[in-house]
Amino acid sequence: MAEKVLMKGNEAIAEAAIKAGCLHYFGYPITPQTEIAAYMAKRMPKIGGVFLQAESEIAAINMVYGVASTGHRVMTSSSSPGVSLKGEGLSYLAGSDLPALIVNVQRGGPGLGGIQPSQSDYFQATRGGGHGDYHMIVLAPASVQEMADLTVKGFELADQYRMTSMILADGTMGQMMEPVSLEFDIKPQPAKPWATTGTNMEREHNIINSLSLVPEELEQLNFARYDRYKVIEENETMYEEYKMEDAEICIAAFGIAARVSKNAINEARKKGIKVGLIRPITLWPFPKAPFEKAAKTVKQFISVELSMGQMIEDVKLATACQAPVTLCNRVGGMIPSPDMVLAAIEEAAKNGGAN
Amino acid sequence: MSTTQYLFAGFGGQGILFAGKFTAYKGLIEEKQVSWLPSYGPEMRGGTASCSVIVSDDPVGSPIVSKPDVLIAMNLPSLDRYEDAVVPGGTIFVDSTLVERKVKRQDVTVHYIPATRLASENGISTLANMIIVGNILKTFNDFGEESVNAALKKVISAKHADMLDVNLKALKIGAEQ
Repeated sequence: MAEKVLMKGNEAIAEAAIKAGCLHYFGYPITPQTEIAAYMAKRMPKIGGVFLQAESEIAAINMVYGVASTGHRVMTSSSSPGVSLKGEGLSYLAGSDLPALIVNVQRGGPGLGGIQPSQSDYFQATRGGGHGDYHMIVLAPASVQEMADLTVKGFELADQYRMTSMILADGTMGQMMEPVSLEFDIKPQPAKPWATTGTNMEREHNIINSLSLVPEELEQLNFARYDRYKVIEENETMYEEYKMEDAEICIAAFGIAARVSKNAINEARKKGIKVGLIRPITLWPFPKAPFEKAAKTVKQFISVELSMGQMIEDVKLATACQAPVTLCNRVGGMIPSPDMVLAAIEEAAKNGGAN
Repeated sequence: MSTTQYLFAGFGGQGILFAGKFTAYKGLIEEKQVSWLPSYGPEMRGGTASCSVIVSDDPVGSPIVSKPDVLIAMNLPSLDRYEDAVVPGGTIFVDSTLVERKVKRQDVTVHYIPATRLASENGISTLANMIIVGNILKTFNDFGEESVNAALKKVISAKHADMLDVNLKALKIGAEQ
């Protein structure tokens, strides 16, 4: 086992990206993710990589587009308002089928909002973030180790499916330190015959473009993209189940909300309440299967979120509303306490959920 | 099977985050599960700073310490804000140079350490934080020289290796109180 070091989640993302072969980082500072840029600024020049602080988030995402077109691994990172600025670029990356890694260390919104943790960009992330029909692969880490592991995974999935991966974290995940191992089993990068690397007069030009003025052709491009999404939905969903074996109440939570919920579940279990957790690790594709399965036996679902209730819609869809789904939430940079989640569990148990 | 939840709180600049980081690293070296979560943002610039540290035999759930077993209050606002949050039977360490009032709670153990005065008398005026940490280690019978030294080496970068001795000195002063 590799030696573990204490590292902030933001730094773990940066180091994992470098280990995954990402030698190009473009960004613009914003709390609470600035450590990613700071780490890259320090490390990239030493390893022959590129760190560039762009003049804006919009510039940064378009630099990402440029490098992605050449087939190199590339990333940018920001926090909520900055990710909104990148929205156009995200759509162009999707329209051009380019792989890249985007990190959103979320803070409270809307608008400039605050700088404390939030999960209120769930809709933005899981529904694409920009205009048009498209998805990003959205990965939701719940520990510093997962910040690192999912960064590597994000690059690999992006390359495999020619699309963007997003790490959807929050202020606590970015700022907290936990022991982390930074040794990864990095797969060789796949060939990218579509990349604009210079023809050397030996092949046809590769063209990277998202403009397609013939509706029949553009429709086919959309169909093809969604065929690919179907493969991803079948093969790439990730989730964790915690104490679900006999659960009659099921909490749905990701990231920091899942960490808090585990405390509450342990307390509720001491009181004899049969409660468990399904923690989506991929938010898109959403892990429908465990929820479908749980809906057959669970009497109530509780969606614990740092938003006004966004993932709850996917929980309702996945469970086809076979059992009530309630919301337990704080917003604006506030985080539900284990006591608050425990109270929601006890309320559910009292209503015939379980005991 | 045990878990200790620490809340370090004081002014920005008192080394609150550093004290927490040392505590977390010491736990890591002793093969415990640990987490460290700082307050971040504008309050860090001259206002209050705090950090949550959890050291446990089990995987750490929420990294947010809202009911500390151990509170370190290095200024009055921190004691005012967090005194009531400490679990019954918990422990509070107070820098009594800077906090003039006594702890009101009757159901906790309190250690008053004049850390800022001791630091300044010993020519290590920036290390009141580590004097308190030294006292925590002694109080919980946890001053393992080996892991203390190893943790110091982790939190003090090679560039500042000359700070190792003074930090160890601060810990020992704290342990003697």
